[in-house]
Amino acid sequence: MTTLLVAEHDNASLSDQTAKALTAAADLGGDVHILVAGKDARPAAEAAAKLSGVAKVLLANGDVLLNGLAEPTAALILGLADGYDAIVAPATTAGKNVLPRVAALLDVMQVSDITRVVAPDTFERPIYAGNAIQTVKALDAKKVITVRTASFQAAGEGGSAAIEEIAVPEDPGLSGFVGNRLSESERPELTSAKIIVSGGRGVGSDENFEKVITPLADKLGAAVGASRAAVDAGFAPNDWQVGQTGKVVAPELYIACGISGAIQHLAGMKDSKVIVAINKDEDAPIFQVADYGLVADLFDVIPELEAELDKVKG
Amino acid sequence: MKVLVPVKRVIDYNVKVRVKPDGSGVDLANVKMSMNPFDEISVEEAIRLREAGKAEEIVLVSIGPKQAQETIRTGLAMGADRGILVETDAPVEPLAVAKILKAIVEAEEPGLVILGKQAIDDDSNQTGQMLAALLGWAQGTFASKLEFKDDGTADVTREIDGGLQTINLKMPLVLTTDLRLNEPRYASLPNIMKAKKKPIDMKTVDDYGVDIAPRLEVVSTVEPPAREAGVRVESVAELVDKLKNEAGVL
Repeated sequence: MTTLLVAEHDNASLSDQTAKALTAAADLGGDVHILVAGKDARPAAEAAAKLSGVAKVLLANGDVLLNGLAEPTAALILGLADGYDAIVAPATTAGKNVLPRVAALLDVMQVSDITRVVAPDTFERPIYAGNAIQTVKALDAKKVITVRTASFQAAGEGGSAAIEEIAVPEDPGLSGFVGNRLSESERPELTSAKIIVSGGRGVGSDENFEKVITPLADKLGAAVGASRAAVDAGFAPNDWQVGQTGKVVAPELYIACGISGAIQHLAGMKDSKVIVAINKDEDAPIFQVADYGLVADLFDVIPELEAELDKVKG
Repeated sequence: MKVLVPVKRVIDYNVKVRVKPDGSGVDLANVKMSMNPFDEISVEEAIRLREAGKAEEIVLVSIGPKQAQETIRTGLAMGADRGILVETDAPVEPLAVAKILKAIVEAEEPGLVILGKQAIDDDSNQTGQMLAALLGWAQGTFASKLEFKDDGTADVTREIDGGLQTINLKMPLVLTTDLRLNEPRYASLPNIMKAKKKPIDMKTVDDYGVDIAPRLEVVSTVEPPAREAGVRVESVAELVDKLKNEAGVL
């Protein structure tokens, strides 16, 4: 069997989401080809070719593919689908946008957000915000799958796959790109960060986020996260949101500050290796999943924590 | 313009989900059910479009058991005009839902279909995209803003990893809603009373000729492995010491 993995990239570089989804794609058992669809995307294709276990890289370069719009990208994948037994993408906003469109036109029921490959046709996936884990067997001959990348190790480098340029289909003419407003930040991406400092409703305001949470994150070289309550209250932008309705993360260290630990938040971070909870409410549910709990006012202890980190690292 | 809004009956988001001991699924007996929260955002958006004079009629659709009428009534009480219930007790997967919705779109000819980006039961995040694909329409997923343009197109701002993206789409289109699109209203008592008189068309899956046989066979449903609570630390110094020397993450 042969699997087509749709790469996550920004044309200039390959996201590590691709390397993680590659591990899931390889678990299906067949050859894996990676599709890099974009414009001037050869650097991303070259990075994909270096990943271990990739048999071939397909590079589609075209103006219409520059911004990853669903309609032309789905048309491209659909044109390749005949040659593949499985089509896989990381469950990023890009993958979630495009892949169901492909699945519907192939008359295939997609398996979303898999966390484990049990067999080439059988997968584990979380439902109800991770409160239950379902094992499903996909009966369609062709598989269309999105991968929860936090559940898979990134594939290593060491490959030297050939890069084949492929034709770009005509634009379906339904959609156009207007603009992106991306958060400009020197901080690591939430989904690939080794350390995340996250704030909840207890942080109290967007100013306090800037004053307390982000300095600690910067001291640790960490990404900044937020609970849905903090996002809903306007303390933090939505793309910082960790949880069922936001991003699912699994860093080495997750520091939850002023987060009570609603089920929907736990669903997004409970696979972190080490969880620290700082909360003044000793009954907060977050303490039930925390490896280290500190019952204290975050405004008292975070500055203290920064000073202590200086000592340790100094 | 007519707006079609599919709504799903799911376990209320505040309810703690219990897995059946025999692994056959999640226990739905005697559990509070509500409208999927993302669908409430969809209904609200449709009502705001009508209030702004950009939509004339709002039609709700639900696919599910008889009790899904209550879900439709909730949306009618918010302000939608009428409902369609496609009654079935069988589970219906997103692909089959999209096929049924396609048939309803062809009959009702809306200019806009607004769906929640995902249902909080199976968390699939597929139906809107699948419906757009089957109709050959443009899709604006994970929307935080919708703006109609004078040339008959619409700008949709989308919540993407790393920020926001704005795209321009041809009408008719499929929109899927993200959290920050709006804040849904509560239905007032007079509107709840009025909603009881609004019509709901009763249909069956057979009316649309769609095969809803599952394509995913559920092998088992289990509780996730529990994470054990760790220790309480008394001070910041103790915390840093443990992170460095016990956990090795600093």
